[in-house]
Amino acid sequence: MTDPTTYLSHLELGQPDKTFLDSNELIINMGPQHPATHGVLRVILKLDGEKVLGTECVIGYLHRGVEKIAENRTYTMFNPYVDRMDYVAAVSNGLGYCEAVEKLLNIEAPPRAQYIRVILTELNRLASHQLWLGTHALDIGAMTPLFYTFRDREEILKIFERYCGARLTTHAFRIGGCQYETYEGFERDVEKFLDFAPPKIDEYEELLTGNRIWLERTKGVGKISAADCIALGVTGPVLRASGVKWDLRKAQPYAAYPEFDFEIPTGQNGDTFDRYLVRMQEMRQSLRIIRQAVGKIPEGPIMAKVPKVMKPPVGEIYHSIEAPKGELGYFIVSDGSTQPYRVRVRPPSFVNLQALDIMVRGQLVADVIAVIGTLDIVLGEVDR
Amino acid sequence: MPEETKSPAPTPSGEPKPPAAAKPAAPAKPAGPTPVPWESPMVAKLKARYGSGIEASTYLKQNVLAADASVISELLQVLRDQEEFEYCVDITALHYPQREKQFDVVWILYSFSRNERIRVKAAIVDGGSVSSAVSIWPTANWLEREVFDMFGIRFDGHPDLKRILLPDDWKGYPLRKDYGIIQQDQEWVQINLGIESGQ
Repeated sequence: MTDPTTYLSHLELGQPDKTFLDSNELIINMGPQHPATHGVLRVILKLDGEKVLGTECVIGYLHRGVEKIAENRTYTMFNPYVDRMDYVAAVSNGLGYCEAVEKLLNIEAPPRAQYIRVILTELNRLASHQLWLGTHALDIGAMTPLFYTFRDREEILKIFERYCGARLTTHAFRIGGCQYETYEGFERDVEKFLDFAPPKIDEYEELLTGNRIWLERTKGVGKISAADCIALGVTGPVLRASGVKWDLRKAQPYAAYPEFDFEIPTGQNGDTFDRYLVRMQEMRQSLRIIRQAVGKIPEGPIMAKVPKVMKPPVGEIYHSIEAPKGELGYFIVSDGSTQPYRVRVRPPSFVNLQALDIMVRGQLVADVIAVIGTLDIVLGEVDR
Repeated sequence: MPEETKSPAPTPSGEPKPPAAAKPAAPAKPAGPTPVPWESPMVAKLKARYGSGIEASTYLKQNVLAADASVISELLQVLRDQEEFEYCVDITALHYPQREKQFDVVWILYSFSRNERIRVKAAIVDGGSVSSAVSIWPTANWLEREVFDMFGIRFDGHPDLKRILLPDDWKGYPLRKDYGIIQQDQEWVQINLGIESGQ
């Protein structure tokens, strides 16, 4: 292993001639194997007592070269790989990729497929937020929400499983539409879930929103201003909790989103508590979208006319969607062959993680855990 | 992808082998849309300023500014300060080994107030560098490090340009076209992981 201090160039270490007792500065290594870093994230902390003076993230432990793999696969073959990036929101990943290639091919998924896509994507957003809430609360010390959220997330995964056979890396969509017709009773299952979920979300809120300990640990912690968010390219619930009302589903609508009524919840303070509130609201908004969609899934085909051998014309496209974590973009360049010339993924987790440093400076070590949780990163997507 | 002006040429050569396609309708696919010049007040302003250093085109409703690498730092600053592109979505690169200027560096920018996205492109030679955008958008820090990590493109003025996803002492730049998909830094693997090969 390389000497850890080699990573510290930008932390401006004090002179090493000070002995440990003279100096108040301390370098602590957190992770990569640490339950609260949500995967293999290593954070080097420079501390003054309990106070964080600076951090540096060391990432790449899960790097699989997804973008390189893409250049060596056909457009269709690469489709399942995108699920392995943000594996807790695999459906969103697939949606972004399929839509990007569809744009390049100049085709559009039929309305029925668009509706199925919206329903599954929003269910996945809910599942992703539930997993975030459970683990985030667990990090901060509240164990009960984890069991509640996992219990309820199970209902969503069951719908996925019945729909496409997989629970996590679903590969639910294909370029041009959906592979599978909805199963018998799909709508009934989703409607049942729509009745089941709202009281459960109330339950989470009952456990946390007014909880003294929760408030102490989240209010004013990891504050980030809207200007900082924009400068650092932070998107998703983190940006919205800082007061920027921006959601790609509204700003640059895709799939069938223009047909649904929903609101963009925002916060004002940009702290961990506001991000929590924003995500709780987003769960309810997702349910609202699903409720509108499930009643009126149009009849018709689920696949557009797609050539068996896909050769998009020479050109390039950037398409992005609002994934549960922020703006997920695909920049695809075609050279006219069956394989993409280049696929660049713009991962929300990677970019959002960069804001960790500014959010924890001056805070306590324990808050680092809270902030990593509130950023809602998935290391599979950070490292790709 | 060859530059937009050349795009109609390679397409027909890609056509002639429809391998027993099940749908006879499929091969009738047109050669695809071609980029058209992009005209807007902003482009006019920029062209007046940089003259032939800038080419603007639109493809699939997406606007691209191809700029000369020498004007990039000024151009990016102008785009943020005067044209309100305050959000740098992504920085990435493309490798065309057959070209003289082998790399295209791509900046994807977004403006909240205009709800508009553009791509800025600059071609540079192998071993060349472009100016860093960290002072314009702090988010460029990690994004440029990733481009450096994967392509070996240097960004002048970056505060801490080092590898980000791969180990610091890794050799080679994986997203270059001449780097094979199963190629790896064997030496690094043997020293650091204590195994013959990572394959």
